[in-house]
Amino acid sequence: MGLHVDDHSNYNVLSRIATSDGHGENSSYFDGWKAYDNDPFHPIDNPKGVIQMGLAENQLCLDLTHQWIKQNPQASICTGEGVSEFKDVANFQDYHGLPDFRKAIARFMGKARGGGAMFDPERIVMSGGATGAQENIAFCLANPGEAFLIPTPYYPGFDRDFRWRTGVQLLPIQCHSFNNFKITEPALVTAYQTAQRSNITVKGILVTNPSNPLGTTLDRETLRTLVSFANEKRIHLVCDEIFSGTVFDRPTYVSVSEIVEEEPYYDRDLIHIVYSLSKDLGVPGFRVGVIYSYNDAVVSCARKMSSFGLVSTQTQHLLASMLGDDDFTTKFLAESRRRLSRRHKVFTAALHRVGIKCLESNAGLFCWMNLKHLLNEATVEAELELWRVIIKEVKLNMSPGSSFHCSEPGWFRVCFANMDDNTMETALKRIRTFVDRGNDTTAAQAKKKKKWSDGSLRLSLPRRIEELSIMTPRLISPHSPLVRAAT
Amino acid sequence: MSPTPSKKSADAAAAAATQARSSATGLGGGGGGAGMRLIVPLQGVVQGRGGLVLGTLIPCALFYFLQLYLRRNRSPPPTSPQPPAANGPDLPGIVRSSSRNFLSARGSSGHAAVSSRAASIARSGDSPYFVGTKKCSEDPYHPVDNPDGVIQLGLAENRLSLDLIGDWFARNVKDALLDEREGGLSISGLTTYQPFDGLVELKMAVAEFMGQVMQGSVSFDPSQIIMTSGATPALEILSFCLADAGNAFLVPSPYYPGYDRNIRWRAGIELIPVPCRGTDNFDLSIPALERAYNQAKMRGVKVRAVLFSNPSNPVGNLLHRETLRDILDFVTEKGIHVIVDEVFAGSIHGTEDFVSMAEVVNTDEFDRSRVHVVYGLSKDLSIPGFRIGLIYSFNEHVIAAASKLARFSSVSVPTQQLLISMLTDTKFITQYIKTNRERLRVMYALLVNGLKQLGVESVKSSGGFYCWMDMSKFMKSYSEKGELELWKEMLSVAKIHLTPGTACHCIEPGWFRLCFTTLTEKDVPVVLERIKRVVDNH
Repeated sequence: MGLHVDDHSNYNVLSRIATSDGHGENSSYFDGWKAYDNDPFHPIDNPKGVIQMGLAENQLCLDLTHQWIKQNPQASICTGEGVSEFKDVANFQDYHGLPDFRKAIARFMGKARGGGAMFDPERIVMSGGATGAQENIAFCLANPGEAFLIPTPYYPGFDRDFRWRTGVQLLPIQCHSFNNFKITEPALVTAYQTAQRSNITVKGILVTNPSNPLGTTLDRETLRTLVSFANEKRIHLVCDEIFSGTVFDRPTYVSVSEIVEEEPYYDRDLIHIVYSLSKDLGVPGFRVGVIYSYNDAVVSCARKMSSFGLVSTQTQHLLASMLGDDDFTTKFLAESRRRLSRRHKVFTAALHRVGIKCLESNAGLFCWMNLKHLLNEATVEAELELWRVIIKEVKLNMSPGSSFHCSEPGWFRVCFANMDDNTMETALKRIRTFVDRGNDTTAAQAKKKKKWSDGSLRLSLPRRIEELSIMTPRLISPHSPLVRAAT
Repeated sequence: MSPTPSKKSADAAAAAATQARSSATGLGGGGGGAGMRLIVPLQGVVQGRGGLVLGTLIPCALFYFLQLYLRRNRSPPPTSPQPPAANGPDLPGIVRSSSRNFLSARGSSGHAAVSSRAASIARSGDSPYFVGTKKCSEDPYHPVDNPDGVIQLGLAENRLSLDLIGDWFARNVKDALLDEREGGLSISGLTTYQPFDGLVELKMAVAEFMGQVMQGSVSFDPSQIIMTSGATPALEILSFCLADAGNAFLVPSPYYPGYDRNIRWRAGIELIPVPCRGTDNFDLSIPALERAYNQAKMRGVKVRAVLFSNPSNPVGNLLHRETLRDILDFVTEKGIHVIVDEVFAGSIHGTEDFVSMAEVVNTDEFDRSRVHVVYGLSKDLSIPGFRIGLIYSFNEHVIAAASKLARFSSVSVPTQQLLISMLTDTKFITQYIKTNRERLRVMYALLVNGLKQLGVESVKSSGGFYCWMDMSKFMKSYSEKGELELWKEMLSVAKIHLTPGTACHCIEPGWFRLCFTTLTEKDVPVVLERIKRVVDNH
C-alpha cells in the first residue's frame, strides 16, 4: 500500500482550491520558521534553541483548568460518575448543540466582556474553532469575488480562513502608527471608494476587537463609526472578539453588542460576532468557535453550515459543566487577567529598559513591538532581514509586521503568554544582548548597510510572506510557531 | 448551480426554465414538462421558415433578453442610492437609513445582503426530512409516557450497542482524560493546539480499527488518513479537492440525501444521479454510468468523479468485487476520481462479506491515485455525537491539500484522546464488532419478516441500519405525488417517520427507507402494527 507519488497529470485533475496557494504555505517564510521547528527551546534539553514567540496561545492559567477537570470527573461523561449521561451525549447529533452548552457559552460570553451585554443562547452557532467560524460567516455573507474591508495590520490567518474556499476578497483599510493604528472614518471611506472604483462589491467590514496583532481595544466612538458606516452602506460588520476575555487593563472593554443594545435604531441584521474559547479559556485543542449573529437568516444558515465543523458532544458536555460553574469562571477570568497583566508589565518594562517601545495596549496575548530604529532602512526587505537575524542569531521566533499587512516596516508581534516565567526571562536576556551588541557595532552596521541593500538577498515574494501563519501542522511539529498564531 | 435570488422575481418563463434545470439535476420533479410547454408552441410559430434551429434559438434569445432586462431594472448596486456624505461624515450617531427603509427600497430582496449560498439554504426547510423530524421532536414516541407519539425511523443512528460503549467508558476512562502517572496525558496535551488533521496516535488506532472492521482483508496506512469532525466535512473537503464549482460527480441513485448538502452546497459541485433499477436489486450498472457521463459531456459539464456508498445507503446492498473493479476501469478510462463512502463498513448484518475499495485497489494494477475512501466512527461505533470522520486517500496531493483544509473541521483533542484509549483496547473492539453485528442481524430479521407478513417486500440487504421497502402497491397513483401522499399518511396515521425514495433521488416511486437501529426489540411489534394501519387502508 503506498502512495502514487509522481504523476503530474493526476495533479492536474485536482481542483483549483487543492492546487492553489490559498493555504499560503509555499512562502519564503516557510524556511524561516523551520528554524524553530528544528531547534525548539527547552530549558534543560536545549537551552540554546529557538524560543517560540509567534504563537498566540494562553498558557498562563492552564493549572486552573486542570484542577477543575480533576475535581469534576463526571463532566467528561467517561467516568463512573458521568456514565449515566453517556448514552444521550454520545448519540446527540443535532447541529443546534447541547442546550446547556449554548446556555453556558452565552453566559460566559457576557461575563468575559465584563457583563456589559447579554447574549441569547438561541443565537449561538457553533463552529470548529474561530477558523471554522470565520469561514462559515464568510460563506454566509458573501459570494465569490465580493469583498470585506479589513483594517491593517491584521491577523494573517484571515487570508486563509476568510478567503481560501469562499473566494471572498479582503481589502485593506490603511491604518498608521501616528494615531496608534486607529480606524478612522476617512480611512474607511477611502478603502470603500477604492473598492468601488475597481468595481468590487463590498459586502462588509471585518475587525478584531481586541485587535490581533495590536492588543488594543476599540473605543465606543470607533465602534459607532463602524456600525453607522455599515448601516449607511448597507454592508455587514463582523467583529472578531476572540480576545475579549484577555483585556487586562483600562480602558474597559466595549463589545459591539453593547453598541447594538444602546442604539435601537441601528440595523441589527448587519452585526455578527465571532467568538472562541481558544484564547480566553486557553483551550484551542477543544476546537470551539462560535458565531453570534443578530440576523435570523444568518443564524439559520450558519447553523446548517455548522455540520461541517461541529464540536464533539463529549467536549460540549465538558464545557457546559465547566462554564456553567459560575464560581470557576469568575475566578478564572479574574486570575487570568491578573496574570496577563503582570506578564505584560514585566515584559514591556524590560523591553523599555533596552530602548524598545511597544504600542500601548490593554489586551491580547502579545504586544506590538517597534523595532524601526534597528532597521537599516525603512523597507519591508530590511524588516525581513532583521527578522531573519532575530531567528538565526537571537533565536527568537516573532512575527514581522509585513506578514500582518502592516503599512509601515519595523513592527513585530511578540507573544508572551505561551511560556513560563523562566523562558520569558531567557528571551528578554537574549533581546538585551542583541540590542547591546547592536549599539556597539552601529558603525560597522552602517558600512554593512550598503551591502545589504544591493539586492543580493534574494527575497522571492514578500507578499507571500504575509501568509506565513498558514502552515499545516502535518509538516511541522505540533508546537510550531505560526500555525498556532492562527486563530 | 442553484438559482440566484434575483431570478426568484422573474416571471413564469424564468421559473419554468429554472425548474427545468433543477429537474435535470434530479432536484425538483416534473418541471421538464413546463419548459417544453413553453418551447414547443414557439417552435410551431417559426416552423415555417427556420424550423428547429430558429425554434430553439428564438425562445433562448427571448429568455436571455428578459434576464438582461430584469437585471438592468433591478436596483442599482447597493452603494449608490445613498450619497455618502449627505449628513456629514462625522456624525456617526445619525441614522442614515433604517432597516425598514432598506427593506421597502429594495423590495423582497432585502435579504440579498446575505450570500446566495445562504439564501438557497434558507428556502430548504420544508423537505420531508425536516417536516418529519420536526414532528418527531414535537411529539416523540415513548413506550410508557407517550405511546401515541411519532416514531423516528428516518435517522440512521445505532442505539443497539451503545450500552457496550458506555460500559467501556465507565470501566476504563477514569484516567484517560488526565493521566498523570507514567507521564501520561497532561493538561497541555489536552487543551493546546495539536495537528489539525488529527493526532498520529488516533490515526494509528483508527487504521487498526478499520482493518479489524474489514476483517483483516486489508491494512490501512495511517499516513494516508486525514481526520475530520465527522464524515460530512470529510466528504466536503474531498469535494473541494477534486472538483471546481460547476463540475459534476456521478452518483448512482437512490443515494443518501445528505450528499446534496455536503457536496453541492458550498463546493458548488453538481451531482448527477445515475438511476439504478429495482429489477436489478438497485445494483450499479456500468452502461448507466457511461450514459450519464456522455450526457454530461454533451451538456458541457465536466465530470470529475464517481461517488457512491458501500454498503449502499439507503438500499443496504454491498458492491461486489467485480463491480468495484469495473468502476475502477471506468474511472481510469475517463481519467476521473472515485470516492467511496464506507461509513457502514462495519455494520454488516448479512452473510455476504464486505469488500473495501482499498482492498480491490490493492490487489490489482490500478491507478491508486484516483481512489479516495470516506469513513467515520459515527455509524460503526455508534458515537455520532463525537464527530469522528476521516478521508483515506491514495493520492499524496489530495492528502496534502486535505490536511490543510482539515483546520476548518478538526476533532476536539479530549475526544481524540478518549477514542485512542478505546480503540487500542483490541479485545473490547473485537467483542463489540461481533456483538453489534449479531444485534443488527436479529433486528433486521425481526423487522423484515414482520414486514413480509404484512405484504411489504424489501430489498435483500446485507449492511446498514435500515431496510429499503417497496410500498408502491399501496400508493393511490404510481408517481412521486402518490409516494409523498403515502409518506404523509405514514406520518399522520401510522405516526412513523420514514425517508421517502424521492428524497434519495430514486426514480421509481414507492420506495421507503426504514431505520431500525433506534428501536428496541419491544418496539418492533408497535412499528409493524402501525404500518398495518396504513396497509389495511388500501
